[in-house]
Formats: sequence, C-alpha cells, structure tokens
Amino acid sequence: MTAAMTTTSDTLDRPSAAAPAVRDGGRPSSAGRPTRSGVERPSLLATGILLLGALYCLLPVVWVLIAASKSPDELFSTFSLAPSTHLVDNIRDLFTYRDGLFFRWAGNTVLYAVGGALASTVVSAAAGYGLAKFAFRGKKLLFNLILAGVLLPAVILAVPQYLLFAQMGLANTYWAVFLPSILNPYGIYLARIYAGASIPTEMIEAARTDGAGELRIFGQFAIPMMLPGLVTVFLFQFVGIWNNYMLPYIMLGDDELFPITVGLSTLMNQGASQPAMYTTVITGALVSIIPLIALFLILQRYWQTDLTAGAVKS
Amino acid sequence: MTTATTSLTRRSNRFAYVLIAPAALCFALFLAIPILYAIFISFRREIVVGLGLGEGGRTEIWAGLGNYTAVLSDPEFLASAGRVLLYGCVLVPVMLGLALLFALLLDSRRARVRSFARIAIFLPYAVPAVISSVLWGFLYLPGTSPFHHIADALGGGLPDVLSPSLVLLAIANIGIWGGTGFNMVVLYTSLKSVPSELYEAATLDGCTEIQIATRIKVPMILPSLIMTAVFSIIATLQVFAEPMLLRPLTNSISTTWSPLMRIYRDAFIQNDIYIASAGSVLVALATFVISFGFLRLVRGQAFAQEER
Repeated sequence: MTAAMTTTSDTLDRPSAAAPAVRDGGRPSSAGRPTRSGVERPSLLATGILLLGALYCLLPVVWVLIAASKSPDELFSTFSLAPSTHLVDNIRDLFTYRDGLFFRWAGNTVLYAVGGALASTVVSAAAGYGLAKFAFRGKKLLFNLILAGVLLPAVILAVPQYLLFAQMGLANTYWAVFLPSILNPYGIYLARIYAGASIPTEMIEAARTDGAGELRIFGQFAIPMMLPGLVTVFLFQFVGIWNNYMLPYIMLGDDELFPITVGLSTLMNQGASQPAMYTTVITGALVSIIPLIALFLILQRYWQTDLTAGAVKS
Repeated sequence: MTTATTSLTRRSNRFAYVLIAPAALCFALFLAIPILYAIFISFRREIVVGLGLGEGGRTEIWAGLGNYTAVLSDPEFLASAGRVLLYGCVLVPVMLGLALLFALLLDSRRARVRSFARIAIFLPYAVPAVISSVLWGFLYLPGTSPFHHIADALGGGLPDVLSPSLVLLAIANIGIWGGTGFNMVVLYTSLKSVPSELYEAATLDGCTEIQIATRIKVPMILPSLIMTAVFSIIATLQVFAEPMLLRPLTNSISTTWSPLMRIYRDAFIQNDIYIASAGSVLVALATFVISFGFLRLVRGQAFAQEER
C-alpha cells in the first residue's frame, strides 16, 4: 500500500484546487469542444436518474424544515409533510432551553472546528512544504508513517487517547477535543502534493540567492502559492471536526463543553422519556445544518479533490 | 518530484526540521504513543489483591493473550463484527455504485439540470452523521414518516424499517445518503481529468455512450474508485454515531450493535480498559487486513490502467 501511494511527478498536477490552470488542461473546454452529433442530445433517462438522486438527497432536508415548524403535539398527529406555524416558537424554545445551552454548543462547535482546522492547516502546510522541498534524514520514514496514519482507523485511538488525557488531567476540557484535532495525516499528505505541484524549486533557490531567510520564503512565497490547496485541507479538517461525534462524546462529561453533535445526542436520549424534547432536537438539527449548507454552497468549488492525487503508480 | 538538494545549505536543511517538528510532535503525542499504549494495556489486566481495599487493593499484571481470547470467544462481539461486515457489504457497493452512476451522468453532458443535481446530491456531506441519523430516524418512525403516512392513506402498509430484521438496512441507508455525494464529487473530478481525445475516437468508431462509460471512463478512473472504496471500507467498519442516535427510537439496536459501541461499553460503562483495548486492536487489525486485502485483490488492474 505504502508503495502504491507514493507520488510520482506526472500525477502531481491532479489536485485541481491547487492547480486550477492545469485542471482542464487535458480536455478542451466545452466551448472549444467539437460538437459530436448525436452524443450531446439530452437524455430523459439520464435527467430522470439525476433528479431522483437529488430528490433522495433533499428529502430529509425538506422534512426537517417542515417538522421544525410543528408544535410537539402536531409532530406525531399531523401529516408528515404538512407545514405548521410554530417555527418561531420552536426556535425560541431551543434558544432558551437551559439558559441558552444550545448557543454554547454552537459556539463550542465553531471553536473546535475553526480553531482545530486552522491549527491543523498550519501544521500540515509546514510539514507538507518540508517534505516536498527539503532533503533531510528520516524523511522517507516520516512520510510513510503519515501515509499509514491516513489509513489508520480512529477506533484504535479512542480509548488510549482518553486514558492519556485523563492522566494528564486534560480529559473533560476544551484541550481534549482541540489537541487531537491538530493532527490530520491526510492533510499533510495533500499539503505535500500541493507544495510539490505549485512551488517551483527554482523560485525557492532564487529567493535564497537573494538572501531571503527560510522563514520568509515559507511565509511570503510558499504559503501564498499553496493557498488554494490549503483551503481544501482546511475544509476537510473543518468538516471532520464538525462531524466528529466519538471523540468529544468520550472526552467530555460537562455539557457546557459539548459540541452540537454530542449535545443533540443527549437531547435525543431524553426524547425517549419526554417526546416533547424531539421538537427541540429537530429544531436544533435544522438550525445547525443551515449555516453548514450555506458554507458548502459558497465554497463548493474547493471540493473538487481527487483522492488519488498522486496515487497508485507503478 | 525534483528535490534539488545540490544547492541546499546546511541552514536550510535545519529549517526542514523546524517545518516538520510540529507535525512530528503531534504524530507522536496523539497517534503513536496512544497506539503503543493501547497495545501495551491490551496485554495487561487488573487483579484484586487481598480484600481489594485501599491503594494496593488492585494491581495490574501481564495477561498474555487472555484479553484477546476473551474478546474473540465472546459471541456478542463476534455478532457485532458480523453485523458490521454485512453492513459494509451493503453500504460500500451501493454507495459507490450510485456515486459512480451519478458521476458518469454528470460527465456525459446528456443529462439536464446537472449543476442542480450535483449540488443537491453533494449537500448531505454538509450534514454531520449525528444529524442525518436524527433526520432519517424520524423519516423511519411510523408516527412521523411521510412514507408511512402516504401508505396508510392509500390503504397499504409498510414494514417497520426499525424492526430487528431491517434495522441494518436503515442504518446503511443513512451512510449511503451521507456518503454518495462526496464520492460522486471525487469520481467526477477524476473523470474530468480523462483526456477527451480518448473517447472522441471511440465515438467515431460508433461506440455508444454506455460503451464509452464502461470501457473507457470507468477503467480510466479505477484508481480513484479503488481509493474511495478503501476509505469507505475503513469508515464503515467503525460505524458508531448512526446506531447510537437511532437507539432511542427503537429496541432493535443493542448497546453492542457495532464493535465500536461494544468497545465504548467495555471501556466507559464496564470500566474494563484492558478488554476494550484488546477489542480496539482487533478491530484496527481487521480493518487493515480487509483494506489491504481489497487493495491486493484489485491492485493488478489498477497498475495495468495507470501504465500509459
């Protein structure tokens, strides 16, 4: 596996976000593309399948929008897709639940996700640049370890990370969720590819000849050139932390420190005995996915990442 | 990659260590040491000394392979492993099949509403597994499900997908819903890097769109398909959030439904970190064996495709 994922030069132009100019290089744009008669004719079947897929993906989002407008009584008594008028009441109930605990969860999630992803991106960028552009002892070993880390199942870390943090007195603190989020082996791997593809070695050497310090070369030349790729690294880790459930669930006991995912799961458990709580969970789910969906729509071009960027080459 | 080491000064070589130090430190602290620690305690166990009271009442000793044989001979653990294997066998092919189908349709230029479909199908990736489990949970629950409401109105009945025989499919559907769009974007991105000259010739030779898709496009993006499969296999074997969140809605999901739930219960409810660590190591090993086994299986083809 390790050998299979070793990068080679001719696949390095693949991470599209890092090198948008190269992305469509292999294929003429649709404008300049010769029209192939018969092939571009619209197909009803193809359109139908895509629309079914879109419907399947949108259904739960439409449902939660409708369900969040229902009072707790209506949730189980009215037709599932019939909207009601209690959305504002439900949002108010959610925000006043235990003196605004949901706000805290939302704030915690933003803190964990933004802070963790920023720290992770800086660490990955530095390591990726170092691995791509420098020769040093242990480089191959380090890169292979990082590749192994990409494929490492998180299950093996959950229990020992908790035990080690508990021994350091860090369990049930912000640090317990923030610190493990800094390491993202896949981010380091991507950053190395972006650094290799986007920073010309001649430019580094020219800057050195001009007497620029290494730190200045990294900060003023390398980082800006890697930036589009680093946005992708940031987004991957941001979504990873935002979605994470197991790590905070294990690490945290104090509900003031919970992110939204763990908070909503505790509300869901209360729903088994007090069904009125389900309305709060549903409204919370709606309120938490709206900013995420908005963020996705704005940033969607950064997601065109080829997982095999530099993979599998004999 | 051209690593022009010739003109590198000693100073810049030292700077390389500054660059990699934070990553290496995090790697050691949050990955390497925890793994070694997990392996270490998986061979230990705690015994009661004397009356078991006070400071020295309990002591840790070597357990050899005792924890491993205990886990492997536990029918509950084996049942959870079997469930998750079956779950993966449903989830991974269906999810990647749909992702590939949608990616090919997006690439074929014959479908309309492509950009709407691309965004809509990708949207679930923005929804955390915890939240998608909540949404699907209510879409499954007969009292709140539109499917049940419509079926009732039409006079028909629907099976309860949260019943013990179907709950595995209910959980797999949540994974399919959450993962298809992301994998579609990965495969679509890699389809866009296939040079179009390759199939323009095929078109002239009279190949149909479907023949081009199956004989040219799919083989060309096989490496991407393999990597998405490996990442999907690793993720499915660790399913945790979905069954945990559906549990309040049904009695069909036990506290040990998936191996990871079982490990959680051992470590934090039964306070047996030794058995839990042995379980973690076993699940990690099984994940490696399955993902590497899969890679070996498909490797020959992947290499053949990349030799151009």
